[in-house]
Amino acid sequence: MLAKRIIPCLDVTAGRVVKGVSFVELRDAGDPVEIARRYDDQGADELTFLDITASSDDRGIIFRIIEQVAEQVFIPLTVGGGVREVQDVRNLLNAGADKVSINTSAVLNPQLVADAAGRYGSQCIVVAIDAKQVAPGKWEVFTHGGRKATGLDAVEWAKKMQSLGAGEILLTSMDKDGQMSGFDLALTRAVTNALEIPVIASGGVGNLQHLADGVILGGADAVLAASIFHFGEYTVQQAKQFMAVQGIEVRL
Amino acid sequence: MVDIAVVDYGMGNLRSVQQALRKVAPNTSVSVTDDAKIIAGAKRVVFPGQGAMPDCMRELDARGLRQAVLDAAQNKPFFGICIGLQMLFDHSAEGDVPGLGILSGEVVRFASELKDAQGNKLKVPHMGWNRVQRINQPPQATITPSSGGGGLGSGSIGAHILWNGIDQNSRFYFVHSYYVRPHDESVVQATSDYPQPFVCAVARDNLFAVQFHPEKSAAAGLRLLQNFVNWNPV
Repeated sequence: MLAKRIIPCLDVTAGRVVKGVSFVELRDAGDPVEIARRYDDQGADELTFLDITASSDDRGIIFRIIEQVAEQVFIPLTVGGGVREVQDVRNLLNAGADKVSINTSAVLNPQLVADAAGRYGSQCIVVAIDAKQVAPGKWEVFTHGGRKATGLDAVEWAKKMQSLGAGEILLTSMDKDGQMSGFDLALTRAVTNALEIPVIASGGVGNLQHLADGVILGGADAVLAASIFHFGEYTVQQAKQFMAVQGIEVRL
Repeated sequence: MVDIAVVDYGMGNLRSVQQALRKVAPNTSVSVTDDAKIIAGAKRVVFPGQGAMPDCMRELDARGLRQAVLDAAQNKPFFGICIGLQMLFDHSAEGDVPGLGILSGEVVRFASELKDAQGNKLKVPHMGWNRVQRINQPPQATITPSSGGGGLGSGSIGAHILWNGIDQNSRFYFVHSYYVRPHDESVVQATSDYPQPFVCAVARDNLFAVQFHPEKSAAAGLRLLQNFVNWNPV
């Protein structure tokens, strides 16, 4: 049986892994290559790197990090942040990424998703959606790290991305992100029910029950978390054992 | 002459495959190449593939690599990965295109609206870590008995030598929407379930090919690649 995936997420800026609430008070979590190796040892199913570097001058740093990680860690690596054109996808894949995550640029230019999937295959194109609740059972897509409203309905947008060739959706609740109070389960359920492709739930994990809830109640195919792993609160292995006890199929 | 040629026909990212081969065989030369002469001269050939099968077939031909791949599949240790497995067969439902016809059978898509035993929806692509159950085949002259290296005994009788040191039901990383249906059951070396069993590894003579990605399957995947690098089929 296919296992539900646990994906630690590494937000990277200036060559360091950081984590904060809504991009304020960024807390240093360490060296990305070291952290990637640690999560691999703990049994992480994949790793996601988000380049949150503000200045384009520092864009080269993420490539060197991915190159180093890919030499040492043999599980799927997803990289996102600042992907604007097909060439960016190509460069990240060449550096060692297995999948590339596209967020704001998918909204500004949906054809990018179709072009990148057409050129490199849907299996390596993840569309990241940042969504905020606007009414009961209604979520709107936001871009630019959650700062800009788009007027797009999150469920409809996810379906459109699937039709353009996205292989997977990384779904983040802006309401829950950094709150440590659990995923937006209604949002997760609404999107996963509407799609054929896998959905990764993200945003809000504060304990291991939240991860299990994302799968059992939210219907997520994979769960992503950062803080609970970065600061030594839980290991990935502990998370998997917890989920296994709840009857979730995991790779132990 | 290179030790291992990884066939590059412009589809997908071959860096991961190259990195994993370098990891398991640090003293061998690994060349990612679209040069038919290098493929012809290599001791071993790895045939990966990503994306859509019609594109893969077209790009393979556009680079004039079809004959080099056909030859390698006949006469030297040959390892197919993902679409590199599917392309070995007669025909694919993806784009309704013929494959290389090295193995007899079809490539078909997972049904939509799949459900697991609990009634939960199963997504397509089949993406993630799934269990691989190796199939014991009657001993053939083409499956060499394990000799030396301490690997003896880790694969039970009838299991292909490439499974040496890999536990039954180990998990490997998959990402695909189509799977192979060989006509000849004797080529089947492993299956996985989604939710029905499907073939995820085949072998014949000097050829071995898998649907999953060993280069992204942590320790079990690296062991499989290492076994391939040390494989000397008769």
